[in-house]
Amino acid sequence: MKLLSTKATCNSHGQDSSYFLGWQEYEKNPYDEVLNPEGIIQMGLAENQLSFDLLESWLDRNPNVAGFKSNDGKSIFRELALFQDYHGLPSFKKALVDFMAEIRGNKVTFDPNHIVLTAGSTPANETLMFCLAEKGEAFLLPTPYYPGFDRDLKWRTGVEIVPIQCTSSNNFQITEPALQLAYQEAKKRNLRVKGVLVTNPSNPLGTTMSRSELNLLIDFIKDKNIHLISDEIYSGTVYSSPGFVSVMEILKERNDLEDCHAPVWDRVHVVYSLSKDLGLPGFRVGAIYSQNDVVVEAATKMSSFGLVSSQTQYLLSAMLGDKKFTKSYISENQKRLKRRQRMFVSGLQKAGIGCLKTNNAGLFCWVDMSHLLHSNTFEAEMELWKKILYEVRLNISPGSSCHCAEPGWFRMCFANMSEDTLNLAMKRLKAFAAAEFNGSSCSKKVTLQLGFPAIVS
Amino acid sequence: MGIEIEQPCVELSNVAVSETHGENSPYFAGWKAYDENPYDEFTNPSGVIQMGLAENQVSFDLIEKYLEEHPEEASTWGNGASGFRENALFQDYHGLKTFRTAMASFMEQVRGGRAKFDPQRIVLTAGATAANELLTFILANPGDALLVPTPYYPGFDRDLRWRTGVNIVPINCDSSNNFQITPEALEASYKDAEAMNFKVRGVLITNPSNPLGITIPREVLEEILDFVTRKNIHLVSDEIYSGSVFSSSEFTSVAEILEARENRNAERVHIVYSLSKDLGLPGFRVGTIYSYNDKVVTTARRMSSFTLISSQTQHLLASMLSDERFTESYMETNRERLRKRYQMIIEGLRSAGIECLNGNAGLFCWMNMSPLLEKPTREGELELWNTILLQVKLNISPGSSCHCSEPGWFRVCFANMSEHTLEIALQRIRDFMARIRTETETESA
Repeated sequence: MKLLSTKATCNSHGQDSSYFLGWQEYEKNPYDEVLNPEGIIQMGLAENQLSFDLLESWLDRNPNVAGFKSNDGKSIFRELALFQDYHGLPSFKKALVDFMAEIRGNKVTFDPNHIVLTAGSTPANETLMFCLAEKGEAFLLPTPYYPGFDRDLKWRTGVEIVPIQCTSSNNFQITEPALQLAYQEAKKRNLRVKGVLVTNPSNPLGTTMSRSELNLLIDFIKDKNIHLISDEIYSGTVYSSPGFVSVMEILKERNDLEDCHAPVWDRVHVVYSLSKDLGLPGFRVGAIYSQNDVVVEAATKMSSFGLVSSQTQYLLSAMLGDKKFTKSYISENQKRLKRRQRMFVSGLQKAGIGCLKTNNAGLFCWVDMSHLLHSNTFEAEMELWKKILYEVRLNISPGSSCHCAEPGWFRMCFANMSEDTLNLAMKRLKAFAAAEFNGSSCSKKVTLQLGFPAIVS
Repeated sequence: MGIEIEQPCVELSNVAVSETHGENSPYFAGWKAYDENPYDEFTNPSGVIQMGLAENQVSFDLIEKYLEEHPEEASTWGNGASGFRENALFQDYHGLKTFRTAMASFMEQVRGGRAKFDPQRIVLTAGATAANELLTFILANPGDALLVPTPYYPGFDRDLRWRTGVNIVPINCDSSNNFQITPEALEASYKDAEAMNFKVRGVLITNPSNPLGITIPREVLEEILDFVTRKNIHLVSDEIYSGSVFSSSEFTSVAEILEARENRNAERVHIVYSLSKDLGLPGFRVGTIYSYNDKVVTTARRMSSFTLISSQTQHLLASMLSDERFTESYMETNRERLRKRYQMIIEGLRSAGIECLNGNAGLFCWMNMSPLLEKPTREGELELWNTILLQVKLNISPGSSCHCSEPGWFRVCFANMSEHTLEIALQRIRDFMARIRTETETESA
């Protein structure tokens, strides 16, 4: 028998999970306004499709760039075609760090020499695992988390994930007891903890982390002498208060105030990408930012396995280098996300469905449908998910695929479709929820904790 | 006056701090010397000429011309207004269908139509570097071994071993038979691996070979295929230089042999390709894995999430690669130009008294400087290499960095510079050799 490696034959790629199964069903029967109006609407894909026109008009105004020409019309095709330096195009790195600073209100700045370019944030996260942990060691992640992490962080690295359980009782915020519990859990499983990885803003919660949570995390990693990875790929999608606070900002504050003799700069690493903020997942642009020279050096070498196309680096160095454009893009994009989210939340309300009230970022809502469950179990959640997939024909992501500790929560994306499609999705959901709620002979839980009265029609 | 409290450094992984990335070898040290003092025809005519970089710069004008004649391919994204949006969103690891299909047909063209490639079996990766690592993750577990014929591309030490934890066991080849792989060498290598308690998972060959610049003869490929079948292991054939064979008919791909065998036992064979060498586009990061094994294709596709090709680049190249008139004429011209360059360097070296392996492919020649070694050892070779770097101001790659078992061989690249620069380099070598002859004569006088 031709044996393949354990990695090839195991299931850590995670593609048997519902996250991917829903996707498959969608592919078989995709909604199309004209060709397939009864098809499945994709609400499981966190894409930002709201601001392409802004990018397209910039491209129209700058035709030289995509045509491999510099500002003076000179062809630089040859230079770009040959450019495979894993240090990255200097002009692109500069433009990228400036963009990252702009998103953070310029409260922090980034040194281009500390940034490592990768083909998307997927390899950025995996690379950090390779750099910071051995096979069999562990990272703590707050639940619920992005389903892709099971593959990205564990598959080829052999690193384990131990969950930091968060609950709806405090809007899924990270608490000190939860951190300590997770650390102990790892110990029980004989796993050496190398760090914590958080996504801020959170996927799937769609919320920014509070200052106190961030300080809590820094205290924790200082105490345990471990790393902190902050995946900030949604940082440009924050549209309402309390606004985005990056872990870098907190570090700077603490440095200024009291922590200068015990800095943790060496152990905090940020991941970024243009897939969500700019809506360019196809272009494969991600980055690792770290003040730790050894990590930057190792990660830079590892980036050989997934460099960003020089063609793309060049295009984006021009686009992101246009400061007038980036400023206006960031602000307009946020406005549109806010409007879209409002529309979505009100649609949910009409269906008697609530979502996390702290939702202020991201391309999705964390929706509470626990009142529609037959029982407070994950089996019931799966049943409901299947109904929504096959009967309502909406592909949404069940909380269990995000390792949520409580059944009944679903992530629903709203920025990857037109307004009309979203309205249709809301209509379908409303019809379904009304039928379920009225037809259900089980307990009719009325969830008041989220501040919306459940509408009983 | 503060008290410095030394904080214990939290460990990084072994992978992060290991030397397996191999960047402390001379292969990379020479680059450093070049970076610090790079030759430029006008601004630095006495600088170091880079002959350690296997790039193909001889045929850019053909591609530039194509892009000029088809501006819509680079500057727009295809069908109408939604073209950009669709392209920017496209992150499907199956790859752009048009691009995948174009790659398959291009690979067929490169092999003169002597083998067929099914676009469904093509997996796209950001360069061959990623492809080789990915295959290693799939075919072997940490601690296992791949057998690789020496001399081999120095980057393999990193690509195949660093993050995967897989070992390379050399299949020793030597100049007695022009470094051809023999059945005895294969068996010996397998036994070496067993003696080290490594489970052998496969053989990885580069065909045409880097650094030898020579195609593997059909009979040898058949032997290798028989060997891996007997041992029930995999065969990875890295064919990234297949389009750089000076005469197309001289290249036999393992794909051709499999077809002749009606794809019997094909599911152990995997081919790696890239556009970095044949098309001279290393910056665009375009690599592929072609596997006859369904499970490998599926797994590789999933793993390619870590190394997808920019959709912008896929779009650009899809049209160009599927334009058969263009690719046909490009291939012909490219081969001819490389052949001419090769002739030029071989004759130039010969006139300086240096012989090379009789090559027929690639962007480099395999030069024999063993008669010049003070000592016939690795140290002797590195001394000579250092002299050539610092005195002759040429960065070439010492055979030891390619794990060559015989000291004194060097890989010299010729396609990454203008003809004029190549002439300067050859002149420097001639002068160097003349100096040596004079010194030797003076000594013996």
